[in-house]
Amino acid sequence: MSEYRLSVGMEVHAELRTQSKMFCRCQVAFGGEPNTRVCPVCLGLPGALPVPNREAIQMVLRTALALNCQVPVDSVFHRKNYFYPDLPKGFQVSQYEETNPIGYHGHLMIHTSKGPKRIGIKRVHLEEDTGKILHLPGGGSGVDYNRAGVPLMEIVTDFPPDIESAEEAREYVAQLRQLLVYLGVCDGKMEEGSLRCEPNISVRRADSETLGTKTELKNLSSFRNVFLGTEYERRRQIAVLETGGTVAQETRGWNEATESSYLMRTKESEQEYRYFPCPDLVPLHFDRADVEAARAALPELPLAKLQRYQDEFNLSPQDAQLLTAERPWAEWFEAAVVAGGDPKAVCNWMNGDFARLLKETGQAAVIPGVESDTEGREPARMSPEILVKVAKLVADGTITGKKAKEVFEKAYMTGDDPASMVEGQTQISDTDFIRQAVADVIAEHPDPVATYRSGKGGVLGFLVGQVMRRTQGRANPPMVQEEMRRQLDETS
Amino acid sequence: MPITLDEVRHVARLARLELTEDELRAFQTELDALLGHFQDLQAVDVTGVAPKPHAVALQNVLAEDVARFGLTRDQALANAPKSRAGLFLVPSIRED
Amino acid sequence: MSNKLGQLTATEIAAALQRREMSAREVAQAFLDVTDTYGAFLHVDAERTLAEADAAQARLDAGETSPLLGVPVAIKDNISTQGRPTTCASRILEGYIPPYDATVISQLHGAGMPLLGKTNLDEFAMGTSTENSAYAVCKNPWDPTRSPGGSSGGSAAAVSGGLAPISLGSDTGGSIRQPAALCGLVGFKPTYGRVSRFGLVAFGSSLDQIGPFGQTVADVAAISQVICQTDGLDNTSLPDAPLGAMDLANASVKGKRFALPRELMSDAVEANVRASIEQAIRTLEAAGATVDHVDLPSLSLGVSTYYVIAPAEASSNLGRFDGVRYGAREEAPGHVESLMATRGKKFGHEVKLRIMVGTYALSAGYYDAYYLRAQQIRGLMVAEIDALWGEYDAILSPTSPCVAFPLGGFSHDPMALKQMDFCTIPANMGGYPALSLPCGLADGLPVGLHLMGPVRGDERLLELAAGVERELGCAPLRPGLA
Repeated sequence: MSEYRLSVGMEVHAELRTQSKMFCRCQVAFGGEPNTRVCPVCLGLPGALPVPNREAIQMVLRTALALNCQVPVDSVFHRKNYFYPDLPKGFQVSQYEETNPIGYHGHLMIHTSKGPKRIGIKRVHLEEDTGKILHLPGGGSGVDYNRAGVPLMEIVTDFPPDIESAEEAREYVAQLRQLLVYLGVCDGKMEEGSLRCEPNISVRRADSETLGTKTELKNLSSFRNVFLGTEYERRRQIAVLETGGTVAQETRGWNEATESSYLMRTKESEQEYRYFPCPDLVPLHFDRADVEAARAALPELPLAKLQRYQDEFNLSPQDAQLLTAERPWAEWFEAAVVAGGDPKAVCNWMNGDFARLLKETGQAAVIPGVESDTEGREPARMSPEILVKVAKLVADGTITGKKAKEVFEKAYMTGDDPASMVEGQTQISDTDFIRQAVADVIAEHPDPVATYRSGKGGVLGFLVGQVMRRTQGRANPPMVQEEMRRQLDETS
Repeated sequence: MPITLDEVRHVARLARLELTEDELRAFQTELDALLGHFQDLQAVDVTGVAPKPHAVALQNVLAEDVARFGLTRDQALANAPKSRAGLFLVPSIRED
Repeated sequence: MSNKLGQLTATEIAAALQRREMSAREVAQAFLDVTDTYGAFLHVDAERTLAEADAAQARLDAGETSPLLGVPVAIKDNISTQGRPTTCASRILEGYIPPYDATVISQLHGAGMPLLGKTNLDEFAMGTSTENSAYAVCKNPWDPTRSPGGSSGGSAAAVSGGLAPISLGSDTGGSIRQPAALCGLVGFKPTYGRVSRFGLVAFGSSLDQIGPFGQTVADVAAISQVICQTDGLDNTSLPDAPLGAMDLANASVKGKRFALPRELMSDAVEANVRASIEQAIRTLEAAGATVDHVDLPSLSLGVSTYYVIAPAEASSNLGRFDGVRYGAREEAPGHVESLMATRGKKFGHEVKLRIMVGTYALSAGYYDAYYLRAQQIRGLMVAEIDALWGEYDAILSPTSPCVAFPLGGFSHDPMALKQMDFCTIPANMGGYPALSLPCGLADGLPVGLHLMGPVRGDERLLELAAGVERELGCAPLRPGLA
């Protein structure tokens, strides 16, 4: 199998998170009764005309810049003409030609198990989505145009392809998705169809210069399926070639249940797109000053954050990965660091107890005073300031680590200042007090003491635990441990 | 070069027009005449000339991203040749 | 049946309404009584019209003095009217009743002008004689055996025949101006982008404009004030669309400079039309205007260029007619069969021809040679024409090379009919404002004089036209009058 090389070109379509459609002001939303978010424009009624959505263009521009693309000075929309019932105008407004799309000739650096890799991007362009066809039981089909006209961003990788493995294919989609969600341009919900990807897969003998025939794979609803599907196709195509056959250029669908691909019958024969600039839409003009302003306004991107958290905060790659997976989480972390928290401690609290509690309660982490989209979840009461306070109480020895967990949970539930929770419960680090407590426990437990002194050190934990019980958990555990050892060893 | 009947058939198919044989032949004649006139255009020197798709030069005419109500479902379906359960009905879409 | 109000201009009717000499309902009824003539109208909804007239009357009674308040208007049937059929004279839109109004319709409602009805046209505005209508033959009120011109033949016949005081049509290659010439009317195509196209069923999107027919320049200018507005629903709408102040009453041709391209006074122009135009030129010169012959070689490419661009855009615009959401549908077991049968059977011959030419011109291997090249040549034409505006106030020519021709006169030679647009096409190519006004009769039939101005020069063009109109003393020109 290693005598074959895999090449994957990836086409990703992302529905943009705008309020209204690309060329009309019908609402963009998921679900709902069919044909309730339509108007003359998105229904393609005779006489209706398109007007472009400013926000959609800004979103594509941001994405193009984040993907290191060139942005043309002038850009137009083209008509892609073909016939299908879900295409109300008989053409889709899109962008054609090499240097015309809002972004072209860019790249995305992805990290893989073999290190970082540069994936070239040919184009980032803006177009509109089609309606949905429902095949009805008993024959015939029904069309719902709620989705027709939703702004769609298409991102296509470079040719010849840089992606050479199923892992790279999966990581490209996953990390591109992360970038788009970071930018706030797409909600990334593959299961809802707001992010769709279609790999074009081919294999060739390792010593061959020319690429093999490619098949297009559709209906991949998750990263895992991207991996499985790509890998399946690789094996399938190699098997075809090994038996002396030729790979047919076709469109195949992925069956999640059987984890295999099947031949999809091609969409209506003989469609020629006859692209030409849409006469109803005036050109876009991208002032260089505006482009630079948009570039400067980009948020810190995931890869940059990942690196910075390791360099600046000395976090491990794994910890940094967890913190930077989603932008709101990373920004919460940064707010805590700004509030004086030790990055490592904050990281541990966040990836540990905080994450756990959020999951248990179904709440969302928010920073007070900062607007955020909790997607309907209740905002958690835990704030960066409070978390930092808890962390500090442990760091300066005021409470034990174990106590802190209780305090944290209480502060999470109530949103109260942790200082108010530790009165009478603070850690005791007074050496006399500890000496006495240890001495008392030794006196009360002669048998375990004897066991220890006979050489079985494991019983130390029990004895330390007794001191903790006796002091309502307030004695400073490391000090207790040290004192216990000292007294036990001393007397023997 | 005169347009062939096969080319006319191909164009009719691209445009999704079902034509009778008589129509195809009639269109062949008329298309030929039109294409003959287009030959005038080939002689013109257009090197470096920018196409003028828009009569008056405008750019960046954009709408604010604010959702507005469009049509009710009844209005949307009122002219449908066939509809049911809020959907526009079409005969079966064979993908071949 | 004759309509005594058919002799009045829109401005005169408006004044009579203001003076309470008649009611808006009476006016509307008088016109409704005669709509069934010349095949000018495709749909009339008398009840709706009268209700709109009553609403206008209420505004008159409240003391409102808007210029055309209560004056009924006829609308070409390719302009979307909510609740009234809009068929584009095609079987594929039989029964289609739009759920929305074109922007111009909202504007007319705002001005208190009742809609008289929807007028006949060449199917989807493709034609020069209105003979391509799938529903009815439209006749020229000057001679019912002759065509009123096209594609806005119905709107022209309506005003010319006294069936409507004023009307709207659309113009892609001359479809307002040529019927105006053949029917003895003033027909105006404003600068591209000054009248919203939202709701105009698209034919050649980069060429189409809505515009008025009237008996006088004053009427046409008055309704143009209503419909020349910026529209956020039309991306090609000019931000400076509204018309500025105009002084038509004091307009004069003295000292005005006209350019007459030799290409537009070629042998293709019939002798009787030429004579009429030359007479008009002499009249203008006697009044202190200058008329210079100029050479604009690119104009001879106008027809060919137009017949690449307009059908190409149309082939795309008409892709939406698939029988799924509106209009006619030929049922079949499968969608593709249904789609092809619907389009094959319900589109008329001329429409199918243009769809095919357009599809061909855009298809792989031909795009550069046809569509792209045609758009480049368009650029050359505009450059050539624009070089004149420093020296000339307007470009003058005949509107049509011939007077109204017999119905069926070109059935043997459809190509010849297409060639007739050569005087009017340049205005659509460059988006220039242009109008036709009557300059006399030739063998008892009207001849139209064509004036074209620079982009955004609508106000000066209308003033110039008013001056020319006064000098020529032709308008209003009515059939039946000696």
